[in-house]
Amino acid sequence: MHFDFTPEEERFRAEVRAFLDENLPPEGQRDAAFQVEWQRKVRARGWVGFSWPKQVGGGGASIAEQVILKEEMALRKAPPLGSCFMGLAWVGPALIEFGSEAQKARFIPDILDGKYQWCTGYSEPSSGSDLASLQCRALREGDHYVVDGQKIWTSIAMWSKWMILLVRTDFRTESKHEGITCLLVEMATPGITVRPIRNMSGGAMFAEVFFDGVKVPVENRLGAEGEGWRVTVSALAHERSGIAEVTGLQRSLESIKGLARRCLRGGGPASEDPAIRRRVARADTRIEAMRLNGLRALTKQLRGEPLGSETSVNKLHRANLEVELGELALEIEGSRGALAAGSDVVPDAGYWQRFALSWPEVVIGGGTPNIQRNIIAERILGLPKD
Amino acid sequence: MDFGFSEEQELLRAELRKFLAEHAPSAELRRIAETPEGFSRALWKQMAELGWLGLTVPEAYGGAGLGFVDWVVLLEETGRALLPSPLVSSALCAAALRGGSEAQRALWLPRLADGSAIGSVAILEASDHLAPEGVALAGRREGDGFVLSGEKLFVGDAGAADLFAVAFRTGDAPESISLALVERSAPGVAAEDLPGIDLTKRSGRLRLDGVRVPRAALLGEAGAAWPAVARLLDLGAFAAAAEAAGAAEAALQLTVSYAQQRIQFGSPIGRFQGVKHPLAEMYVDVESWKSLVYYAAWALDAGHPDAPLAVSRAKAYASEAFARIGIDCVQLHGGIGYTWEYDAQLFLKRSKWVRPAFGDADFHYQRVAALGEL
Repeated sequence: MHFDFTPEEERFRAEVRAFLDENLPPEGQRDAAFQVEWQRKVRARGWVGFSWPKQVGGGGASIAEQVILKEEMALRKAPPLGSCFMGLAWVGPALIEFGSEAQKARFIPDILDGKYQWCTGYSEPSSGSDLASLQCRALREGDHYVVDGQKIWTSIAMWSKWMILLVRTDFRTESKHEGITCLLVEMATPGITVRPIRNMSGGAMFAEVFFDGVKVPVENRLGAEGEGWRVTVSALAHERSGIAEVTGLQRSLESIKGLARRCLRGGGPASEDPAIRRRVARADTRIEAMRLNGLRALTKQLRGEPLGSETSVNKLHRANLEVELGELALEIEGSRGALAAGSDVVPDAGYWQRFALSWPEVVIGGGTPNIQRNIIAERILGLPKD
Repeated sequence: MDFGFSEEQELLRAELRKFLAEHAPSAELRRIAETPEGFSRALWKQMAELGWLGLTVPEAYGGAGLGFVDWVVLLEETGRALLPSPLVSSALCAAALRGGSEAQRALWLPRLADGSAIGSVAILEASDHLAPEGVALAGRREGDGFVLSGEKLFVGDAGAADLFAVAFRTGDAPESISLALVERSAPGVAAEDLPGIDLTKRSGRLRLDGVRVPRAALLGEAGAAWPAVARLLDLGAFAAAAEAAGAAEAALQLTVSYAQQRIQFGSPIGRFQGVKHPLAEMYVDVESWKSLVYYAAWALDAGHPDAPLAVSRAKAYASEAFARIGIDCVQLHGGIGYTWEYDAQLFLKRSKWVRPAFGDADFHYQRVAALGEL
């Protein structure tokens, strides 16, 4: 058991640090021009799609190098590596595994360069946690498919140029996992209507997307017809290690400690209230457990052992923590916790109110906590499926 | 980077698991736990011969000279088996000897390693206060030593121990604490176990009535032992969390296999989310506190400054989560879980022993807050 990296890996860490010293201004000074420059520079270094094979333009990095890069970026609160978020998380990995050479050449460079956004057309009004029951249909007509149906909870649909879409091409299969096909759809195609949905924090990040006789060329099918479920599940397996999430939670907790020192509670600083202190420590302990769980999973990868459903454990921790940190912050604020942004009375300009109203984005998106519990119980503990 | 066990450590684990399954299955551990001594001398001897009692004792004193990461493997397995044994108490006494003289180490460490002597540590008193102020037992100066009269409580394996490392007060300043070796056979010493919820863990009272502690019996300097005592408390908390991880994992496995077999409403009850989800939560907790325990072991071995923080995180998590797991283990079994014959109750009772041992969840969370500069 040790936490050392090889001299070669440490050299890479030094290289990343030197790059950050030179190219990353303090947080307050990162304007739009910087963001553009940043994406160009990290792209030139091969750090966008760092884990992807070099043949497709990725970084071909080892697991240790990926960890080092993520750690260093997170420590310095650097902007994301690459701006095509869904493309990097979902589309690229699926293209690498299932895409034709023509599709890879057409889409991967643009994803790496962040030329435009992608969105993911997965959930439907009647198919959320039970995604494989999806009903949005595509019928083949000559050299194209005609898509009819609806998607929902589609993040950033209104700002996306392309969508990776799951449709049903065969309604007569025995298993609901068969008969699903994956299509790449240009959002400007006639027949597509995007209707943003306002969420409880007042903003709109996701949307409903309606398809009415939308024609998609067959060449934009990803993988074989009926193979769509495998394409999706495989992309799901390209899970992030959770390092960035842990760092984000650590930072939030540090800020909450600061908040507790500034807020009065019962005549003294909230930071001196033993009940508050216990909750801060409890959150700290769970964040540390997440960090260490991640390192155990990473060790398995480094040893070449297959990863199981370990990430579900940290997803549950994260879900609990995202909710708990928001609740803790508002309780620390006392009566001010019920205010919203817009007065000089609310602490931190209402940051914690927004925080406490935005957890569903990460807690529900990508699988609710109960779905994670099912995954752990069935895939790890071997309990019978529902 | 390698945050896992080595092949040797995995071999040790396999060997331990096989040995304990063979020699301390449920029926046998229940029999052992109900004997007056509360542990098996025969098993104790075998474990000594296999090198497990002296795992962390330096080789120069007859031990295996291994570290806390190795010790975790041992503790997870004795915890999994709910083995009744003074193993942890004796190892803590050996750890107390680290601050002793060469003569003390040469006399006692080989005997603790080969099992011919059983040790323990006596720190807490009636105030149940894990702080220098909690040590009120005053040493009265006599010649070059002290005389002790009073009572120590919650002393691990008090009934079995031959040797105690006793903390006592030698000045008015809060941290004027001394630590000395007291033999059970010395005049004025009486030690007994008190009845406990968990029959597989013994702890009790050490009575001292005019017990002479010569200078040669002191571990380190008089009045300067609080750091050593604090370290013993950390090691005790660490050991409790490590044993609890093994026990909780066994409780989870017991409940999972029951949920796979028990048929109600025409289906194994493990199919129902009301059963499935608490089991998933148990898994999340066990894996997470294992991670915290492993890191604490590494930090203790490495002498990392974060070791006390790492220990407190592990013990806080263990105390809180194991209490829940003990209850869920019984509850998810239904009526059978409430019976004496079925093992679920043994895990619930162990969780009651673990919860306060060397600091409960609140004690350790408060410490995490303080160490985290809140």
